[in-house]
Amino acid sequence: MNLLNFIFYFLESVAALSAVSMIFIRNVFYGALLLITCLIALAGLYVLAFAEFIAVTQILIYAGGILVVIIFGIMLTSKISGKPLVVEHANLFSGTLAGLSFLGLLIYFLSAQKFNVFSTAKPLPEASLHTFGIELMSDFILPFEIAGILLLIALIGAAVISSSIKSKKV
Amino acid sequence: MFPLQHFLYLGALLFSVGLIIVITKRNAIMVLLGIELMLNASNVNLVAFNQLNPSALDGQFFALFVIIVAVSEAAVGLALVLRVYHDYKTSVPDELNELKD
Repeated sequence: MNLLNFIFYFLESVAALSAVSMIFIRNVFYGALLLITCLIALAGLYVLAFAEFIAVTQILIYAGGILVVIIFGIMLTSKISGKPLVVEHANLFSGTLAGLSFLGLLIYFLSAQKFNVFSTAKPLPEASLHTFGIELMSDFILPFEIAGILLLIALIGAAVISSSIKSKKV
Repeated sequence: MFPLQHFLYLGALLFSVGLIIVITKRNAIMVLLGIELMLNASNVNLVAFNQLNPSALDGQFFALFVIIVAVSEAAVGLALVLRVYHDYKTSVPDELNELKD
């Protein structure tokens, strides 16, 4: 249990540190890599929270899909001049004020709450993934199908939006 | 089981950092990264609260659909950024102040 505690706090601090350093970074490429670091640490936390399927989905989709798409976007929108893409900051005072006050508000109310944790209630580890599949095809069939339609619409929409002007004029 | 409060504090921190990034960064791709961070902060809370009732998997299903929506948002958002960069030669959201060229 001691090792598990160490892994839990290590992953939590990795996620928090990489997220916070995204604020101070000025290169978009480093920002994307820090985001992926944060998301993979979150996947480890999901495993510790008995959500194995969500963890695997997180790694598959973010590390395999979104990272590639974001890096393509960064490389296609950077100038050809050879120097790295530098991001400037605007609204520094108002943004920091909004973020920090929201964080303070959330921590204030969260520390006042007492969530009753049923420490005896353990999930069924051998049946978790099995139950997940059964539920997905029975109780959650309508959101599942709607998610499929949403992905199809997003695919077609992205292809239509990013097609060039020249092909439209021909 | 790990303390629920720590998950919730982490979610609050990630959401606030995403909010700061969305407001302060002057680059459209960086704004998209901030939005991804905020969506993942909500996922942390959903998975953490699912521990309270582990026999029902409602929180994990909600997190799964949040991930699906995040993927769609990233794809369409990056297509929009590419299109805007192609038309206006900029990726700074503040400089886009006209509806037609």
